[in-house]
Amino acid sequence: MEREHIIKQYDAELNEIRSLILQMGGKVEVMISNCIKALVDRNSDLAESTIPSDHEVNHLEVLIDEKCLEVLARRQPAARDLRFITLALKIVTDMERIGDQCVSIAKRVKELNEEPPLKPYIDLPRLAESSRAMVRESLDAFVRGDDELAMQVCANDQFVDDLNIQIQRELLTFMMEDPSTISRALKLNYISKCLERIADHATNVAEMVIFMIKGKDIRHTSV
Amino acid sequence: MEIDSMPLRSPDMIADPVLEISDLNLYYGTAPALKNISLTIPRKQVTAFIGPSGCGKSTLLRCFNRMNDLLDNVRIEGSIRLDGDEITTPDLDVISLRRRVGMVFQQSNPFPKSIYENIIYGLRIAGIRDKSVLDETVERSLRGAAIWEEVKDRLHDSALGLSGGQAQRICIARAIAVNPEIILMDEPCSALDPLATAKIEELINELKEQYTVVIVTHNMQQAARVSDFTAFLYLGELIEFDNTKKIFTNPTNRHTEDYITGRFG
Repeated sequence: MEREHIIKQYDAELNEIRSLILQMGGKVEVMISNCIKALVDRNSDLAESTIPSDHEVNHLEVLIDEKCLEVLARRQPAARDLRFITLALKIVTDMERIGDQCVSIAKRVKELNEEPPLKPYIDLPRLAESSRAMVRESLDAFVRGDDELAMQVCANDQFVDDLNIQIQRELLTFMMEDPSTISRALKLNYISKCLERIADHATNVAEMVIFMIKGKDIRHTSV
Repeated sequence: MEIDSMPLRSPDMIADPVLEISDLNLYYGTAPALKNISLTIPRKQVTAFIGPSGCGKSTLLRCFNRMNDLLDNVRIEGSIRLDGDEITTPDLDVISLRRRVGMVFQQSNPFPKSIYENIIYGLRIAGIRDKSVLDETVERSLRGAAIWEEVKDRLHDSALGLSGGQAQRICIARAIAVNPEIILMDEPCSALDPLATAKIEELINELKEQYTVVIVTHNMQQAARVSDFTAFLYLGELIEFDNTKKIFTNPTNRHTEDYITGRFG
């Protein structure tokens, strides 16, 4: 069982940061679900709602950075506390980028909703769901200190990469067969790429969680 | 990249040891104060001993210059070798040992003499009278302790008139005047303000170019700042010994981590 700090306030500060990160994670997960739902349901209002959500995510990033800085200044954290704080600073950057990717997706969705749908959307929702799940699991791993779950997230990135390539190939065949589809296909292509980037950010988080737990930096290695 | 890189499980992994401690046990009467300590102190590096009150860190430090001899009822088993010479033998010339292994204490103790006489005290006892040698030693030592500029014009003033931080540097100068191999420091900054402390820490950084430094401190951040290696002691046992960077970013032992993160102590 994890011991508490002798100074209780220190534990409270770390718990608050943990909780804010989860809050931020929850918001970006909803944003991912919403922007794909907005595509499938052709709901531009739902797409539009990612913008105020993104503001909230950005606000959380600033707040969490501030709280981490305060802990660094006042507590001189060492060992796992130090790894946690430096991790938290990096995780919020990845979360904020995910929010930005969702806004990019939402913009393309609104444009696509002005035109007839190119095709039934099957793979893009699958890709979105995989990326969303990776974000969820990387944050679960962070909270629970579960390095095995984090390793799984890293491994799942390959599936997302492969699915993205598959989607791009399919869209390419559309464009080659019928140039009038190019505008819509390129936008869908871009959405797929954004979702793949979201998965990359989730993988970054998972790699950092492994570092936090084990003190082993696996970034930029093949896992 | 593993910041885990090869934890120092064995004293044999220190490339150039100046002190080798093997299976050291120390008893105050029948009560064990140090239990099976095996440790290697690297040459011309700073090694810090940390641990909660009563863990044995000062007791261990005092073994290195046989200061524990001054206490009643102390018994030692095991071996301590200084550059290969066994120093636990009863018939050892401890005066000579204490020239090789100097010590600075928490409460600075300048002698009630002039600054000049403080520095050359060890030389006078050794019978050195040549004024040019004494003068040279005073300047070298005071420069080495980063205090020459402050006191060079009042060398014959009493050392008792100095501030706490200055007095501590005089004590360090006194220790280095006799060209020791090792300087032991037992909480040298505990009685000093932050500025004086910073000056001593900067001095420690310079001292290690010529001397091995072993410092006992209850201030973990100080250990993190000044030392190259850190030993964590608890209830008379050595729990972990490793590079300071490893101890403070990713210690191997959970107990060590709980201590340095303030979860107990």
